[in-house]
Amino acid sequence: MHPKRKSRLFLVLFLLAGVGITVGLVLLALNENLNLFYPPDKVVNGEAPVDRLIRAGGMVKDGSVVRGQNLEVEFVVTDHAGSEFRVLYAGILPDLFREGQGILVQGKLDASRTLVAQEVLAKHDENYMPPELAEMETQAPKPAAPSLPGLDEAAPLNSGGGA
Amino acid sequence: MSLKTLWHKLGSPRWFYELSGPWTTGFGVAAALLLAVGCVWALAIAPEDYQQGNSYRIMYIHVPTAILAQSVYMTLGVAGVILLVWRMKLADMVLACAVPFGLWMTALALVTGAIWGKPTWGTWWVWDARIVSMLVQLFLFFGLYALREAIPRADAAGRACAVLAIVGLVNIPIIKYSVDWWLTLHQPSSNLLTGPTMPSEMYLPLFVNIIGFYCLYAYVLLASLRLEILRREEKTQWVQQQLQQPLPQQPQAV
Amino acid sequence: MGGHGLYVWLSYGLSFLVIGLLVWRVRSARRAFVRQARARAQRLSAEPQAK
Repeated sequence: MHPKRKSRLFLVLFLLAGVGITVGLVLLALNENLNLFYPPDKVVNGEAPVDRLIRAGGMVKDGSVVRGQNLEVEFVVTDHAGSEFRVLYAGILPDLFREGQGILVQGKLDASRTLVAQEVLAKHDENYMPPELAEMETQAPKPAAPSLPGLDEAAPLNSGGGA
Repeated sequence: MSLKTLWHKLGSPRWFYELSGPWTTGFGVAAALLLAVGCVWALAIAPEDYQQGNSYRIMYIHVPTAILAQSVYMTLGVAGVILLVWRMKLADMVLACAVPFGLWMTALALVTGAIWGKPTWGTWWVWDARIVSMLVQLFLFFGLYALREAIPRADAAGRACAVLAIVGLVNIPIIKYSVDWWLTLHQPSSNLLTGPTMPSEMYLPLFVNIIGFYCLYAYVLLASLRLEILRREEKTQWVQQQLQQPLPQQPQAV
Repeated sequence: MGGHGLYVWLSYGLSFLVIGLLVWRVRSARRAFVRQARARAQRLSAEPQAK
């Protein structure tokens, strides 16, 4: 390669590497803050602040949904790994809300670490299938406990890079 | 033809213009056919989703536009490197011509994502890492567009855009891995190469649409490049000869 | 479409509107350019000495 072009190529690579490292460090420093919500274990162990507007997410625990009057609903959010918290909500739930579904709630934790929610959003995973197929799968024995999509992969990174 | 001679020939806009005519027509026809087949398949033939019902059909537009948005950005990054290092004219033209298409694809991915989010998640918008990094990419496209308009000297504008395009490449892995690195409302990608997470009757129309969108990109980019070549080389003899011919050298398809 | 029709059709409609716009823009720009460039060429050949 022409020496002039070679030096320009190195300059370009240098630029890319410099920007890449800078952005990488910034993201590493911000890591915790870039999470959209607190997983159940952080709500339980006290990392999520009390009485401040936060988002928390997990799976709706099977059999935990209790509906009251006037759209009031109470349910438990779990990570299927031993951590769970209670949610109180009054309002319209998204269509996809059901037991076992990944969800995200926005609201304030009270002193007993119950989340009083203002908004409930449903999370869905990257698996799509026709209803008949889904029916067949629920009749067959389940291969593994459903996990919160994206939670497993994210967990080691979050514990690694602290804020 | 060896790769090395191809590389040198790419330095000649005239050679590229003469070669690209039939390809432009071909990509245009392919895009029209594939998108028609893909969308009818997606809307009328593919089964409903067990959870989301019909709203998941937005995926057949959302996923291809999001993939294309990133492919266009990668094209810009590569063109930027080639322009800065080798000063190839064609690279500068690619850097100018691919921006509007990329901008529109990014905007479509964001808008269809919002429309899909409302019935499934329960909200149009949420500030999660995937969505914000995609918004950053939209602003990068706006930036590339504005930068070229703002600098009057064409070669200086091209180089400034090349630097911005290369800097913005950093955002590509952030978009891709945002759903794995952080907790987001957005679901992880359905990996189409190592086994899709859906049955073939749902996945094949998606595949057709993705190829269709790539063909559309190829058509729009080649057609814009050919116009840009005519503009920049208007004073040359070969362009004057092209202009004398009746119009049919322009593909009439699509 | 089970209550979701509006969302689905809106997505597809918007996308095809944008696609149509992108294709139309490049094709009409080319036609306009060829017309203008031909006119410029004719002017030049009509008065070759004028300068």
